[in-house]
Amino acid sequence: MRKLVALFLAGFAIYAAPDTVFRNATILTVTRGTLKGNLIVRDGKIADIGDNVIIPIGANVIDATGMYLMPGIIDCHSHIIAESINEGSVSVSSMVRIGDVLNPEDIAIYRALAGGVTTANILHGSANSIGGQCTVVKMRWGKSASELVFEGAMPGIKFALGENPKRRGATPAFGATAVRYPATRMGVEDVIREAFTDAKAYQASWRAYEAKRAKGEIAIPPARDLKLEPLVEVLDGKRLVHAHCYRQDEILMLLQVADEFGFRIRTLQHVLEGYKVAKEIAAHGAGASTFSDWWAYKVEAYDAIPYNAAIMTRKGVLVSINSDDAELMRHLNTEAAKTMKYGGLSETEALSLVTINPARQLMIDQRVGSLETGKDADMVLYDKHPLSNFAKVRKVMIDGQIYFDRDKDIAARPERDARKKALMKKGTEEKKPGFAQRPTQ
Amino acid sequence: MRRLGILTILAGLPLAAGTDDSFFLRGATIHTVSGVDIPNGSILVRDGRIVGVGQKLAAPKDIRIIEGRGLQVYPGMIDSATQIGLTEIGAVRETSDAVEIGNFNPELRALTAVNPSSEHIPVARANGITTVISLPDGALLSGQASLIHLDGWTTEEMEVRRSAGMHLKMPAIVTVVSRFPEGQTLTPYTVAKRNYEKQMQELSAFFESARRYQKAKSAQAPDFRTDLKLEAMLPVIEGREPLFVTAIREREIRDAIQFAEKQKIRMILAQAPEAWKVADELKTKNIPVVLGATLALPSNEDDPYDRPATTAADLYKAGVKFAFGSFSTEFTRNLPYQAANAVAYGLPHDEALRAVTLNAAQIWGVADQIGSIDEGKWADLMITDGDPLETQTQVKQLFIKGKAVNLDNKHRRLYEKYLNRP
Repeated sequence: MRKLVALFLAGFAIYAAPDTVFRNATILTVTRGTLKGNLIVRDGKIADIGDNVIIPIGANVIDATGMYLMPGIIDCHSHIIAESINEGSVSVSSMVRIGDVLNPEDIAIYRALAGGVTTANILHGSANSIGGQCTVVKMRWGKSASELVFEGAMPGIKFALGENPKRRGATPAFGATAVRYPATRMGVEDVIREAFTDAKAYQASWRAYEAKRAKGEIAIPPARDLKLEPLVEVLDGKRLVHAHCYRQDEILMLLQVADEFGFRIRTLQHVLEGYKVAKEIAAHGAGASTFSDWWAYKVEAYDAIPYNAAIMTRKGVLVSINSDDAELMRHLNTEAAKTMKYGGLSETEALSLVTINPARQLMIDQRVGSLETGKDADMVLYDKHPLSNFAKVRKVMIDGQIYFDRDKDIAARPERDARKKALMKKGTEEKKPGFAQRPTQ
Repeated sequence: MRRLGILTILAGLPLAAGTDDSFFLRGATIHTVSGVDIPNGSILVRDGRIVGVGQKLAAPKDIRIIEGRGLQVYPGMIDSATQIGLTEIGAVRETSDAVEIGNFNPELRALTAVNPSSEHIPVARANGITTVISLPDGALLSGQASLIHLDGWTTEEMEVRRSAGMHLKMPAIVTVVSRFPEGQTLTPYTVAKRNYEKQMQELSAFFESARRYQKAKSAQAPDFRTDLKLEAMLPVIEGREPLFVTAIREREIRDAIQFAEKQKIRMILAQAPEAWKVADELKTKNIPVVLGATLALPSNEDDPYDRPATTAADLYKAGVKFAFGSFSTEFTRNLPYQAANAVAYGLPHDEALRAVTLNAAQIWGVADQIGSIDEGKWADLMITDGDPLETQTQVKQLFIKGKAVNLDNKHRRLYEKYLNRP
């Protein structure tokens, strides 16, 4: 009987997709310590991790001797992939959706992969006090736009405070023909309060309608308002607010407005003066997603310090380090390392800033953010410790599939160069008889 | 006889800034950069100059001793392209003096506008940068770059070389200009080409008039009148001051090389992300390069993803001398990490260190004064607890011309203040 069962199972092994194994790696789980051993990937998930884990027969083995495996990096603030970033014509653009304008052929995806990023929070820009709806994506290079979306991630919305949303109100730059309210930080607060006052009324009218229907009464539904619906979702705790902010006064303002209307700010973004009001941020329960060391590029960034992440961490805030930039996102591992220099965070604390912490902020930590059995097989293989400036990404895996392989990328270059040369030669040589030639551009 | 003033350095305690620029540092690993590392070595500094380096130096009796056991000593780092002192907050025009109006401003000197009170100075030097080039950044011929120490009450005290190089932005055929917040401006190629040719003509004509001016001056022509712009060109056309040429694409780089040859002037390439395409020619013609950021995006969509990171290694393999420049103000402190990224992608570690020390000093013609730990040079020294190219390393002490530099800055003060907020 046992022989039959064994044969049956062996048959399954042949027909199922083979496991992938990272063998003999230094595994930085982030949440469960560091060990040297094997990590088994099966059906897109982490099946097993350990120093004594047996490699299944027929598995695709990646020899990771001397190398470091860590969870895929999660960038909590990015604008790559989005074909449009700012619907800047109005101060409240909650009805527009980043998810509708994703370009899966953006080369920034591949370059982010090559920097170890597997998941990113793609945000509307900061031109508006209340911006558009955001989307969490995985860097599944080669897939379609809808296949990039991180399935099941709670939807988000962008707010913005400070210089950016008031910039258009103050000057007619941006090619605008008319100034746009608000022009001051006072006005920014007002825009948000007005919008949520309307949202409360909208929510009440729908609740009244639903109550009538529940009692079996005839009722006319209120007209749908696509701008207010996402704000009601915020009130109902079904949409996460990511708020771009800089100065301590506007940070406190937003926390108070949120308290006034009964919702919570999920993350404060940039939050470069967050270190000044870390106590209040922690008390509200907002997370903070910040730069490692950007400062002085505008007035509201003049008091920014590279110790920001460390101070907020010490004061009990859930902190992540983000990029907001297609170049910076390629080395978030070394950006995280700066918190060890500026503020004395430990290795694990530093790595958490770009893995489990942003995962928790985005509420996707059941799926990603650490190397634990049962989680998505999203991970990065480095040739040196990822917190070293000398480290390079060798391979990146998402959902158990290798999406970036440095060796393969390099091996493919001669053929690509040859193909490009041939195409360019063709372009300059080919002349069709009978057609007028355009002057060479 | 008692030794006077024995001081022991405790980790993290900055020395009080004093007027004393003589000391004997001992027991540290000394990375001279010009030669081999010296384990358990000593450096003798008198009146700001290095007068002894080695393992067997005896501690003089009249001088304070700095214990360096367990620590590393490097030359202070040099950033070969910044706007330090010229720009405070990038978005606020009132705080920036880097960009003057006009296309021909060779007479302008960066040092004039450097603000010794800029917050960027203490921020940069806290991570071991002792010297920077401050670069005027206007159109075409924008002025004289100044080499400055990051310490001094006035710009006179900071000056290493007032006219280190003349900044030229090589004319290019520009069809797309991206400006924030206006967006993109598109120019048809034919128009862009004409603009480029016009600028090249004007540039050549300007150098021509400089030569005529030189002849008139040396001939003491009766109607000769001093012209400050043309006066400023004399050191350049006489080969005493290099032209510092920003050139981005291969075409501009080749144009620059040709131009320098035709004008018979010395040149340094700046930025030059495509320098790898002309590496052999740069080597043959002895043209050094101040490379821009290695942590940068590739210029073209189909470039290899690591193109900016591998350029330094390509230049090294071709034998081209280069240094790194941050081309920034607020990120000068990260200069060593630009160098480190190049190491990750193939540049030998020692070469990366040279590119932020001795190579930079050689390129700017001040290798007799700074850039390595050698007798006769200024004591521009960085004491660290590890490899300065790694982020986790802390700079424990910094000396500029033998004087201990205060490593405190606005960021540290805000850190202390708000960490301790009740």
